Amino acid sequence: MAEVNTDSGKDKGGKVKRKKQTLRVDFTPMVDMNMLLITFFMFCTSLSKPQTMEINMPSKDKVEEEQQNKAPASRTYTFILGTKDDVYYYNGELTTASYEDPNFLIRTSYGEEGIRQILLEKNTAVLRQVRDLKIKYENKEITLEDFEKQAAEARAEGAKITGSSPIVIIKPAVKSNYKNVIDVLDEMQICNIGTYQLMDLSDGDKYLMYQKTGDPIFETTLAPGAK
Amino acid sequence: MPKVKVKRKSTFIDMTAMCDVTVLLLTFFMLTSTFIKKEPVQVSTPSSVSERKIPDVNILSVLIDPDGRIFMSMDRQEDIRNVLKKVGEDYKVDFTPEELKKFSLLPSFGLPVSATQKFLTLQQEQMDAVLTAEGGIPRDSTDNQFKHWITHARAVNPDFRIAIKADKSTPYEHIRGVMNDLRDLRENKYNLITSLKAGTSADAALGLDKSH
Repeated sequence: MAEVNTDSGKDKGGKVKRKKQTLRVDFTPMVDMNMLLITFFMFCTSLSKPQTMEINMPSKDKVEEEQQNKAPASRTYTFILGTKDDVYYYNGELTTASYEDPNFLIRTSYGEEGIRQILLEKNTAVLRQVRDLKIKYENKEITLEDFEKQAAEARAEGAKITGSSPIVIIKPAVKSNYKNVIDVLDEMQICNIGTYQLMDLSDGDKYLMYQKTGDPIFETTLAPGAK
Repeated sequence: MPKVKVKRKSTFIDMTAMCDVTVLLLTFFMLTSTFIKKEPVQVSTPSSVSERKIPDVNILSVLIDPDGRIFMSMDRQEDIRNVLKKVGEDYKVDFTPEELKKFSLLPSFGLPVSATQKFLTLQQEQMDAVLTAEGGIPRDSTDNQFKHWITHARAVNPDFRIAIKADKSTPYEHIRGVMNDLRDLRENKYNLITSLKAGTSADAALGLDKSH
């Protein structure tokens, strides 16, 4: 395939002409092979490395400790995930009055207009700090490690009893799908919530949800004390 | 009037440039991509804004499919061998060195310990089919082999990180089961594997727009 032009000096007796010699290598098979290799790599590899979300669950003994120094109820937001991509929340603690109030449990949505809006409004102090840090980082005043460390400190500060950021409790139903759980955890990260926790539904929560949605999964035999 | 010369045109196309392009592309793919690990069940992970990448080494991944079946994989063959040996001792199953070696070469595992020896005698294609059809590490209250795996894995390699990879549509009860088991074993720190959500970034909420 490779052509090497070598027809020089063949004229008998005549002047020896020096023809321009061209050396041409045909690259077609090389291209074929490369294309095959590219196809192989495209099918057998993935370009993006999977992302990961780090989660710290409270250990068994820690739960009790946490219950002792409970944050003020007014800052506590409980999100209950339904089974049909729906999410509801209430603020504060469940009391006898809350079972009778039809507007106690409020329906919201995943994403920007729902959970994020609720939490962003409540968490402005921490957000402002993180924002300033981020600007500093982008101007190369602090390193990424420092940024992450200081942002974590700001979040932790906000979550303290003296802080102002909301404490979020996430309660997925047994049949809620994993995507929704991740969506909510994601919002916690976006909104820079310092303290959030995954918990199981209590009977009171189930009762409220059953009243609101009528979903048989929330049916509870144990009626809360109010009823 | 000069004679019009008709030049003999050759159809030879210069492939050099084309070759350059393909080699560049090839280099790009080789450097940026990672090989897909073969998994017994297809799992599509939910997306999140988290931009943290999963580390390459010392990962114990727990794969949960929508039916709640559990598969596991570890990245070091030596660890797998030691862990299987110990789990086998717990269940009074003696694995021969050949079986241990064969097991450690599997990309992922997920069978009750009692069924493992028979499984290892199968051919490669049969193995995949069996794993997909009837795989799953038992996690019942009576026979919680998952806990045994985690306990021994932690004993063999204290540095590994647990990464949970579950399908989008997995009901929360299965995830909760795994999380509760991990909590019982005091494994309170773990990673959830997600894929990158396109379009949104955590900065948007801070009022910082990258495009400005």
